[in-house]
Amino acid sequence: MAKQVPDTRNVGKDAMTPEGTVNRAALPAIFNPEDLNALEMALEMKDRLGEATVHVLTMGPQRAADIIREAMFRGADGGYLLSGREFAGSDTLATSYALSCALRKINPDIIVAGRQAIDGDTAQVGPQVAQKLDMPQVTYAEELVDIKEGEVTIKRRLERGSEVVVAPLPAVITVNSSAKECRPRNAKRVMKFKYALATSELQAADAKAQEFIEARPYLHIVEYAAADVNPDAEQLGLAGSPTKVKKIENVVFQAKEAKRLTAEDKDIEALMQELIASHTIG
Amino acid sequence: MNNVFVYIEIEEREIADVSLELLTKGRELANTLGVKLEAVVIGKDVKGVAPELAKYGADTVWVADNEIFAPFRTLPHTAVMVGLIEQEKPQIALFGATPVGRDFAPRVSSALHSGLTADCTELVIGEHKDAKTGKEYDSLLYQIRPAFGGNIIATIVNPECRPQMATVREGVMRKEELATPAAGEVREINWQPMVKDTDLAVRIVERHIEERKINIKGASVIVAGGYGVGSKEGFKLVHELANVLGGEVGASRAAVDAGFTEHERQIGQTGVTVRPKLYIACGISGQIQHTAGMDGSAMIVSINTDPEAPINKIADYAITGSVEEVIPKMIKYYKQNSK
Repeated sequence: MAKQVPDTRNVGKDAMTPEGTVNRAALPAIFNPEDLNALEMALEMKDRLGEATVHVLTMGPQRAADIIREAMFRGADGGYLLSGREFAGSDTLATSYALSCALRKINPDIIVAGRQAIDGDTAQVGPQVAQKLDMPQVTYAEELVDIKEGEVTIKRRLERGSEVVVAPLPAVITVNSSAKECRPRNAKRVMKFKYALATSELQAADAKAQEFIEARPYLHIVEYAAADVNPDAEQLGLAGSPTKVKKIENVVFQAKEAKRLTAEDKDIEALMQELIASHTIG
Repeated sequence: MNNVFVYIEIEEREIADVSLELLTKGRELANTLGVKLEAVVIGKDVKGVAPELAKYGADTVWVADNEIFAPFRTLPHTAVMVGLIEQEKPQIALFGATPVGRDFAPRVSSALHSGLTADCTELVIGEHKDAKTGKEYDSLLYQIRPAFGGNIIATIVNPECRPQMATVREGVMRKEELATPAAGEVREINWQPMVKDTDLAVRIVERHIEERKINIKGASVIVAGGYGVGSKEGFKLVHELANVLGGEVGASRAAVDAGFTEHERQIGQTGVTVRPKLYIACGISGQIQHTAGMDGSAMIVSINTDPEAPINKIADYAITGSVEEVIPKMIKYYKQNSK
């Protein structure tokens, strides 16, 4: 599982409107960083098992197909895009529910995801999906120790230290940023998969492109609408979200008058003398 | 019924600070609501903790004591927490936003179909009117947290589903012993019917706990570096100043993400919250994600090349200059003037 996220780490001045609100359109959409660590762990599982395939599931608008293509460039075999207006306004629980419906249909042996997405930082979706699918979970995964028929051995991070756990499969693994970095794009794979399209993109493409992809099924990114994954409509989107946003405030610092200093020696010396005199230091 | 629950985290027989902080906050919420505060302890050989929890306001201490509960594993703890919540129907349940709380609280919320707000920086009781249905609620839990990379502050409510669940990071709330301890009445959880065999399927085969090497929480002086420090090399200067002043080194998330320093040093909403006597922010722009973890510092000095950096709005002293230029001067003049 992966998510396309606005790059909140690089909120520069141009990303703020004159009113001081966030201009989301100005933020680049990126592959959620920890999901790349998760992709690497999944690819490593495939390397060790030999016969496995790796597919990426993402929920989002049509342009989220970009991260599926990106994953294919780096080694994934294909992907699924879960997209539709029904999913809008989902909190983590409704998101987990929608993903779990798609996963029931896909029926994987192991689900790997990033620990958390940088636009929410909640780390909730992985464990919630695991609960909905009645699978065990291993969070804060740092290293794949072993994988074999029916079980996976993972080293995971603790608050102070680490532990190695063995979990029966199927299971949900969420991966930490301290895990191995994702392998880069492979030039041959880029050539092979750059024309991959999700269903709705394909429908919008010209006849020639459609013919091209129909002859090459590996270029077709499966797209599910809500109805394709048989959900209970009441558990989707805003209606299926127990948490509601009551209020959003832009961050306004309560300005206090900072004493302005230069980097000149006299200013720094005066500051240090003052800090010592007030017993703040020393 | 309808009380306030706090999950108590115990690691190596020690109660986590965050659990005591949540009891203090939970006590305040329970008083406002006129209900009881109940602590939930799931572990092994944990019965003795009740008096300590009573000091921080626990009226009731629910205990499930068995070797299957330690070390922590997701499924048995989830099963007991879900079972007890279904039995007792609390209106609020609070968890530390630690690796343990962040691992299993989402699973509990999913099983109960109740909302969960992560990393709250404030929790208060207030009223709410649903914009669509017009339905009014007198006392909901306002779950307040920075969102969207800390660029906005969101107030989240959970009008219909119970319990209202939230996680809070260590150090965000203050812990405070009561003048007279609460009753702390121990009640055993009838956990056996709650835990299935399949809940024990994940096995821990190796475990090691490291000593806490970095203790920024307890430091009275913190010199923190941000993305503006520029490199790992640049962080050596930050360390040097911290050493000279007898302080610890902290960092912003951007500096940690860039690999300049260890994750343990991260200060802010997704890191540690600190309240030192002196906080020197070096090359830190001051997004709320960061300031949420340090704005309680007694004195803030900012060093930034950008005189308009947001950090300067909460700083007591704003030095316009580069870290490379200013830090060596601070070290020099500290050495010349001290003693």
